[in-house]
Amino acid sequence: MYDIKKNYQGRTISDVLNIMKENSDVKIIAGGTDMLIKMKERKIKDVEILSIGDIEDLRGIEIDEAGTIVIKAATRFIEIIKNEYILKYIPTLAKACNQIGSPQIRNIATIGGNLCNGAVSADAVPTLLVLEAELHLIDCDGNKRTINVNDFHTGPGKTNLVSGKEILTKIHIKKENYENYSFDYYKYGKRNAMEIATLGCAVGIKLSNDKNIVDDFKIAYSVAAPTPRRCKSIEQLIVGEGVTQDTVNLIKIENISELLPRDSWRASKDFRLQLIKEIGRRTTINAIEANGGKLC
Amino acid sequence: MLKIIKLNVNGKINEISYDDRESLTDTLRNIGLTSVKKGCEAGECGACTVLLDGKAINSCLYLTSWAEGKEITTVEGLATEDNDFLHPVQKAFVEEAAVQCGFCTPGLILTTTELMNSGKKCDRHEIREEISGHLCRCTGYENIINAVEKVVGKDIS
Repeated sequence: MYDIKKNYQGRTISDVLNIMKENSDVKIIAGGTDMLIKMKERKIKDVEILSIGDIEDLRGIEIDEAGTIVIKAATRFIEIIKNEYILKYIPTLAKACNQIGSPQIRNIATIGGNLCNGAVSADAVPTLLVLEAELHLIDCDGNKRTINVNDFHTGPGKTNLVSGKEILTKIHIKKENYENYSFDYYKYGKRNAMEIATLGCAVGIKLSNDKNIVDDFKIAYSVAAPTPRRCKSIEQLIVGEGVTQDTVNLIKIENISELLPRDSWRASKDFRLQLIKEIGRRTTINAIEANGGKLC
Repeated sequence: MLKIIKLNVNGKINEISYDDRESLTDTLRNIGLTSVKKGCEAGECGACTVLLDGKAINSCLYLTSWAEGKEITTVEGLATEDNDFLHPVQKAFVEEAAVQCGFCTPGLILTTTELMNSGKKCDRHEIREEISGHLCRCTGYENIINAVEKVVGKDIS
């Protein structure tokens, strides 16, 4: 039996906003695969929950005329993995989502939950960071705001979302942030399935037409700092450089100022420092090759 | 608090009293569907797997209150008159002796049923990925993969 004080079910978005307005302590729950475990571990107790996982307006993936891909917040990972637009334009997101939990978890867990939990190990997040995803939020008074995912996470398990007052409705990925880029995501874990990342790295890269120069470069890590985050310090060094091993070798700890890996039971700080360099380089090389480039 | 819910389980609508703090695992076991096993109760072992609208989920991480209006299938619902009281997936598990203690078997059969219904054909590596949400403590995976291959394997027409 879960330690639930009150179990509200939202049928529509306006329903959810009204319930939030009247009960400021409610916790939003979508797929439930993280929240229910936290309740089981008694990290969350005696809680009022508000379920949003079955709201039709919060499900599905669309693309508009401008090429912006819109993923609604309670879309299940399995729907992302199999979606034709995702597979055509940003298959890297399908690859990342396919590494979450197990098939049973992916059948029910949502991308919005992965974001709003604020987990440092969230598998979908590094990819969303390099895709510059724009998050659309709505509060219980109906006020809407958008925030770049790079400004969303504020600490371990913490986000910019005002708890009990605001919900994430959709995620926008603009064409300018995926067109002509190629990407890769690497999850380092000790097991192949049911694993929480020891470290994750996502890279987005755009090469010049002759494939000799890096026109744009984005790199983000998970479980390497108190939040999943981009490393603009290396990005600045690599943009404009040639497509060479020397450029890839710029990915080294001495050049990174944003990360702060720590010791945990999953891995030591030293091992994570090694992973940041090694996985950063491998993922970058994979992304270069996916863009038709070759190291010289 | 006890409430009444109408649940569509194995093709029948049941009116069930349940506590709205309850997981679907508990509710299904309470109505006698004990093929739904309680293992880790944290979404890791897959023993509590049921099909929800045809998709395998861990029923331990699913509240009963969410299941209204959805179709739930447990292993008890697979064997029907139409298939001579043994579903093709069950038959494959029997033929390949893919059962040791049997605790993981109901969940594995349901995940394989979802896979079979999807029409996807898999090689052994893909089968391993598809059943990665199930733990077999007897470690009898080879026979399990043989059984799954019999149903969804690439060479099967």
